[in-house]
Amino acid sequence: MILTVLHKTRYEFTRPVGGIIQSLRLTPAKCDSQKLLDWEIDVPGAVLGTMFRDGAGDYIQTVSVRAPTNHIEVTVRGTVETTDTAGILRGHRERVPPLAYLRNTVRTEPNRAIHDLTEAALDGQDTASPLERAHHLAAAVAEALPYMPGATQAHTTAAEAMTAGAGVCQDHAQVLIACAHLAGLPARYVSGYLNATEDGTPHEASHAWAEIFIDGLGWVGFDAANKCCPNEQYIRLGSGLDAQDAAPIRGLVLGGSEEELDVTVVIEAQQQ
Amino acid sequence: MADPFFNEMYGAEGLRRPYQRLEGWYQNMPSEFRALKQAEAEDLFRRYGITFAVYGEGGDPDRLIPFDMFPRVFAAEEWRKLERGIKQRARALNAFLSDVYDRGEMIRAGRIPAEMVYRNEAYEIAVAGFRPPLGIFSHIVGIDLVRTGPDQFYVLEDNCRTPSGVSYMLENREVMMRMFPHLFQENRVAPVDGYARLLKRTLASVAPEKCDRDPKVVLLTPGHFNSAYYEHSFLADLMGIELVEGQDLFVEGDFCWMRTTEGPQKVDVIYRRIDDAFLDPLCFRPDSALGVPGLMNVYRSGGVSICSAPGAGVADDKAIYTYVPEMIRFYLGEAPILENVPTWQCAKADDLKYVQENLAELVVKEVHGSGGYGMLVGPKSDKATIEAFAAKIAANPSNYIAQPTLALSTCPTFVEEGIAPRHVDLRPYCLVGRDIELVPGGLTRVALTEGSLVVNSSQGGGVKDTWVIAEE
Repeated sequence: MILTVLHKTRYEFTRPVGGIIQSLRLTPAKCDSQKLLDWEIDVPGAVLGTMFRDGAGDYIQTVSVRAPTNHIEVTVRGTVETTDTAGILRGHRERVPPLAYLRNTVRTEPNRAIHDLTEAALDGQDTASPLERAHHLAAAVAEALPYMPGATQAHTTAAEAMTAGAGVCQDHAQVLIACAHLAGLPARYVSGYLNATEDGTPHEASHAWAEIFIDGLGWVGFDAANKCCPNEQYIRLGSGLDAQDAAPIRGLVLGGSEEELDVTVVIEAQQQ
Repeated sequence: MADPFFNEMYGAEGLRRPYQRLEGWYQNMPSEFRALKQAEAEDLFRRYGITFAVYGEGGDPDRLIPFDMFPRVFAAEEWRKLERGIKQRARALNAFLSDVYDRGEMIRAGRIPAEMVYRNEAYEIAVAGFRPPLGIFSHIVGIDLVRTGPDQFYVLEDNCRTPSGVSYMLENREVMMRMFPHLFQENRVAPVDGYARLLKRTLASVAPEKCDRDPKVVLLTPGHFNSAYYEHSFLADLMGIELVEGQDLFVEGDFCWMRTTEGPQKVDVIYRRIDDAFLDPLCFRPDSALGVPGLMNVYRSGGVSICSAPGAGVADDKAIYTYVPEMIRFYLGEAPILENVPTWQCAKADDLKYVQENLAELVVKEVHGSGGYGMLVGPKSDKATIEAFAAKIAANPSNYIAQPTLALSTCPTFVEEGIAPRHVDLRPYCLVGRDIELVPGGLTRVALTEGSLVVNSSQGGGVKDTWVIAEE
């Protein structure tokens, strides 16, 4: 499938700020499930560093504005050819050992509710394969957290999302990571895009899911929010320990003022 | 009764050679003169602004660390062995670091458990697969040593991140030379004042490949609230480089720049004295105001060098420590010159059992502890203390390691009544760049309390000048 992406992120500041610096993780890396046909990042008025690839295989680029400004706009335009690999990440060049993804951050630290959820999901599954266990966990997370925009915020932790009892894709991913870690499975957060389908399932074009490492298969994506594994509707941007670590844009404003964020993402399947 | 501890001045056969010329010195020193000199030393340290904290132990920054005027002395041949052992260890630790962030051959070979390395908090995912200039991660390796006999030295721990205390090594010598110049005429003491020049050369030697000029080196400090700030400014001054804080640097494009009155200046090498977590809010802790946003991107794309490399700490953890002799055999194919202290890991069931049954004889430490806090010295503790500690271990075994109580050597030290033996340790500072360098000396810490084996300044320790007598 050929997917086109138009992703605009605009930050407006009520008063001019002294400068802006951002680290972008906004360029998909080639792997068996995706191939870049064209891709372009445009940030008017900013200095862009040369793109490099980090140990996790993600493309990273620094963007900075040193002069006072009252806005910054990051525009991503591109076309990707996707293939369904049943959620398995294959042909992705990376150097980080999976065992390093057994650690938690503040955002994936489990609480009692996450312990209980994990225990209940794996009850009687002692002979199940790691892949089956991962599926059980993803299903349990989907059930525990109904999709509800507004129930949580950008900085909500996995534990807080459990307390809220509902959430969005970010919360599903972080809770699933916490559960997987409890089950002894390396897991990480993935940010990317999802093509809007017409079947009525909830989704956002800007999307996130979890990857769980399964011996023998490698990293496998689990989108608890949509109760499925990533397929040809998904574009993978990059990974990290949690939503913040894997954020497509991680930035800092010097001499900050009130900011207003406006994001539009349009993903479309090209007619073939 | 025979002294159970090795006295470095008066050994079993009497006065030892490196100390020969010091006997007359202290014996002929009138007590009023001694008091005068002690006051002079304090005055000098106060004037230099040297303050209390060593090794990030915290404490009152305005308190002087006690300085003992009696030097600690090594013979040239003793030092030669130490030097070979220290350099060997520094090489092995760096080989380990460049391996675990690359293919992990030692892990693949089954010589160290993968979990211990990759699940370690200090293992930095952000630098996995990255090779710093010359493959060196730890450019200043502080190795803590103790001695138990004429030829027995043990490594207590390695410090691969940003070991502090070297300013004491330099200041102690400076003060001694000012106060007792004749001692340095009578004894051929090898100089240590080349340290700053060697440090600068080491830092410059690991400039990024992209750097095609005389590298610009800066020292990045968390600021004057930090307990080691004195040392930061002292070293920057000696090296003739800028002492900067995070806000003095910024990232633009592929490089890191320093703000100056003449406009931005490109920085090639950063000797950082701030922890990994605070280096870059866009990569690590987002709330850090001490670091430089975007720095890790520039670092990983080869625009600037950071010394020591982020992630270097995975080599100096107390659990990893037990594998350093194995690293030496694995990477260098050599037999370890310096011995490790036998260590029991409470995370292992058998070790835990042994530790629990022998607590009264052991020293128990927290895996990530430092500064002499949170440790148990079995033979020096009463029953209630030992029992309370046993409960702590039982609650979280993997947080503890145990070692036998070592019979630490003693060195004569000035006390009320004259001189008396007090226990000492040693931290030399090995520099790793294009060359491996070690100045002949280090920081000797002394437990000033009679019988105490804890040399940390936060626990009543002091410092001494450390001499290596040059070849006759």
